[in-house]
Amino acid sequence: MMLTQVFKIPDSFRKDARYTFCPGCDHGVAVRLVGEVLDELGLRENAIAACSIGCSVTIYDFLNVDALEAPHGRALAEATGIKRARPDKFVFTYQGDGDFASIGLAESMHAALRGENLSAICINNTTYGMTGGQLGPTTILGQVTTTSPMGRNTEYYGYPIKIAEHIALCDGTAFSARVSLDTVANIRKAKQAIKKAFEVQMKGLGFGFVEILSTCPTNWRMSPQKAHERVQNEMMPVFKPGVYKDVLGE
Amino acid sequence: MSNIVIDKNRCKACYLCINECPRNLIKISDSTNNLGNRVVEFCDPEGVCLGCAMCATRCPDLAITEVYRG
Repeated sequence: MMLTQVFKIPDSFRKDARYTFCPGCDHGVAVRLVGEVLDELGLRENAIAACSIGCSVTIYDFLNVDALEAPHGRALAEATGIKRARPDKFVFTYQGDGDFASIGLAESMHAALRGENLSAICINNTTYGMTGGQLGPTTILGQVTTTSPMGRNTEYYGYPIKIAEHIALCDGTAFSARVSLDTVANIRKAKQAIKKAFEVQMKGLGFGFVEILSTCPTNWRMSPQKAHERVQNEMMPVFKPGVYKDVLGE
Repeated sequence: MSNIVIDKNRCKACYLCINECPRNLIKISDSTNNLGNRVVEFCDPEGVCLGCAMCATRCPDLAITEVYRG
């Protein structure tokens, strides 16, 4: 009987690399999807990653692409410089929500408003993962973190930011979507969204953005299974998955 | 016969793959890896694996390195 290989480690992935993420963390899935899309679009040789600060920084340990480290939040500012100097290169960023939407909100929004020909991926896990689970810009109302021990309330902490909707409102944006990694079906949809965000850059249409809802079992103090249930039951009603802008109109 | 390959030294024992398998072919084994985790193992004595790759798609640590369908 003929056997066909239906899954393999992406060619863009460093062969000897081992993930350093916590058990059950969806960063591993997101990095793999980026690698698979780089493979399928044949971009690895031509790609440059601008890396952020946070758990997402370690992407350059796993993907076999050229990478530059940016100061906290400034990945898209740095990526703008790279892309303007070398418009022939494919430039993308891989950031967390704290990096993209808190300290780097100005850089991120203005990259979208300028319509920079870049692709950005933002992992939203509703907390600051690397520094110990503090309240972040995307922490949902009522969520207990180390700096909001009574849960996030609007009087003291305000409201969470819905990144994909905000980026979609910028005129320079070509593609903005929010996806989730809670089920296998949604992981496959997430890959399609990442592919779209990369394709709009290849066609020179403008800024491509994907927000990925992810787990942080360590800082949520949950088992990996329970963490995925939380994404479904608590996060997805607030951060609704969907395509918010697509200039290709498909 | 469809099958999967598990690199046990990549497994971090999150056990997310166990619930994904539609045929319940992935189990917690008695052995540990070099990280000290009790890893998962693939046991398919009757050859009923579908090769659907749902376990590999779910695995956050690339521990399921290859899936063959046939």
